[in-house]
Amino acid sequence: MKSPIKIIKRGDLSKKKTVMIQLIAVVLSLVFAGIVMLFFNLNPLEVFSTIVRGSIGTDIRIKQTIVRAIPLIIASLGILVAFKMKFWNIGGEGQIMMGALASSFVALNFGDLPKPLLLLLMAMAGAIAGGIWGLIPALFKAKMGTNETIFTLMMNYVAIKYVSYLQYGPWRDPEAKGFPRIPRFTDNGVLPKVAGVHIGWIFALLLVVAVFFFMNYTKKGYEIAVVGESLNTARYAGMHVPSIIITAMLISGGLCGFVGMIQASAVEKTLVYTISGNYGFTAIITAWLARLNAIATLFVCLAFAVLLQGADYIQLSMHVPSALAQVVQGVILFFVLGSDFFIRYRVRWAKDSSKTTGEGASV
Amino acid sequence: MIDFLTAAVVATMPLLFATLGEILTEKSGSLNLGVEGMMLMGAVFGFSTVYNTGNPFLALCAAFLAGAVGAFIFALITVTFQGNQVVTGLTLTIFGAGFSRFVGDHMIGSSVPRAAQDFFGKVKIPLLGDIPFVGQIFFRQDVFVYLGYIMVAVLSVYIYKTRPGLNMKAVGENTAAADASGIPVNLYKYLHIVAGGGLCGLGGAYLGIVSVPMWQEDVVTGRGWIAVALVILAGWNPIKALVGSFVFGALSILGLWQGSMGIHISQDIVNMFPYLATILIVIISTHKNRKEDRPPGNLSDPYFREER
Repeated sequence: MKSPIKIIKRGDLSKKKTVMIQLIAVVLSLVFAGIVMLFFNLNPLEVFSTIVRGSIGTDIRIKQTIVRAIPLIIASLGILVAFKMKFWNIGGEGQIMMGALASSFVALNFGDLPKPLLLLLMAMAGAIAGGIWGLIPALFKAKMGTNETIFTLMMNYVAIKYVSYLQYGPWRDPEAKGFPRIPRFTDNGVLPKVAGVHIGWIFALLLVVAVFFFMNYTKKGYEIAVVGESLNTARYAGMHVPSIIITAMLISGGLCGFVGMIQASAVEKTLVYTISGNYGFTAIITAWLARLNAIATLFVCLAFAVLLQGADYIQLSMHVPSALAQVVQGVILFFVLGSDFFIRYRVRWAKDSSKTTGEGASV
Repeated sequence: MIDFLTAAVVATMPLLFATLGEILTEKSGSLNLGVEGMMLMGAVFGFSTVYNTGNPFLALCAAFLAGAVGAFIFALITVTFQGNQVVTGLTLTIFGAGFSRFVGDHMIGSSVPRAAQDFFGKVKIPLLGDIPFVGQIFFRQDVFVYLGYIMVAVLSVYIYKTRPGLNMKAVGENTAAADASGIPVNLYKYLHIVAGGGLCGLGGAYLGIVSVPMWQEDVVTGRGWIAVALVILAGWNPIKALVGSFVFGALSILGLWQGSMGIHISQDIVNMFPYLATILIVIISTHKNRKEDRPPGNLSDPYFREER
């Protein structure tokens, strides 16, 4: 099978060119998504401009968009730490859920504590619970080599069913007149606002810097990256792989658990079984798009928050299902995943196919 | 008890089709974690076709096609463009979930037309259906269920007894050797990924059209992921996949049936069982060492001839 195209492996591509290729992929994906919209009788330009207007058109909308970006950023940081190790933590949803559950337990039972103390306890409980939820599959992976992908995902369902059980059962508010909901937190259990948006945005920024520093400038962070690159290298270098896996997943789950605390405290002001809001899954896309770089994560998540917030707006104003955002996210990542190929290889039209030594990719 | 087990067979089918689909995909060397997404795409296209045309046969074709298209995207990115299989599969799941919500949004609460519901009514197979107990449970089912049995038989023969089936196994076990022996490796991968996706689409359609003949969001609820685990439990064997799917089908409807069986636990807690059991399988299967239970040798390894 002679192929008219020739594929040559590139050396390391400069950072600038890598970013360029990815940007082209994102643009192409949006064009493609636009074409798909045409098939559904939607005007893509109108959809995209409404998304932008709906998410950053007014002061209030910008604030709402930031409220969306906060959980996404922190969850992405959590996912990033695990993915760097090639530990496929797709249990972010469950870890967020358990974080929310634990911090709600504190808020509902110790609501009279002074505000700073209560919030601190809630944050700690959330991070620990999320961390433990992430630790369980990590322990099995570290000790036995158990596949973490399905494990972490199943833990999501267990967490959701459990919270749903609490909401409809033991934790149900008897004063809610039959409405299945958990009582609201006292004011002391609600995170304060800074500059019009709850204080979570400051935490998100601090955590971006902290995770960036941790991954790039500490020994543990370096070890996590080495385990991800090659288990054998890590072992040969004398690293204790099980303890690295466990540490990384404690951090990963802990960050997601903290997201749960923020959402319960600042957004819902109670616990609901929908609290994870798909952030655990969306974070997988954002973390990967950011090429597992903490600083880049910040910007990708802001862009995705625009998409999410704007999608809610098109549902209201244009009666287009907000799930369109999920479709567009998927398309973007498909294109970027495909574009990796052009970062690793150079594709050339072979001038004379009879003279090419190797055959190109046969498909 | 017979009623419960009969209902369990109905709950078996979505899992069975998806598991069979993923077996084909993995046997040819790819790990597609997009099962859940492909099932959702199959479910929504199957439902919308039957809803708009009333033709059940067309609906099945549409469902198969929808799953196959999803799988084709996966194949394009992972086989041709060498993208990361895990992340591509996850993306397919997110994409499929969004797509089914987007397309199905205006149909929520709509029902499958009467005639099509009748088409999927229970049919007794002569003789076999008269066997006490076994016959009552397995051979008084709808046509879709019989299609499932047939698929198990067809795939068992295909994988173990035919030339293309053996070639496919060779591709999954040792891609470089298969390539050297002249098997068109990428073609095999494409075909089996796409066919596998089509089967996942059918599994989704069963949920969307037969199990609950009314459209609702997120009909699949993790069954795609359970199917991925069932592939491991079944040791990549179609017949064992049928047994495994049946056990999990029964587990998944326990919550609805426990009342009539005299057990009274919160339904949410009972509904955790299939997920907990899946975790258990994943843990146990870590220790499997028998030869036929092992995954294909080159499962999820990207293959690029230039880099041999």
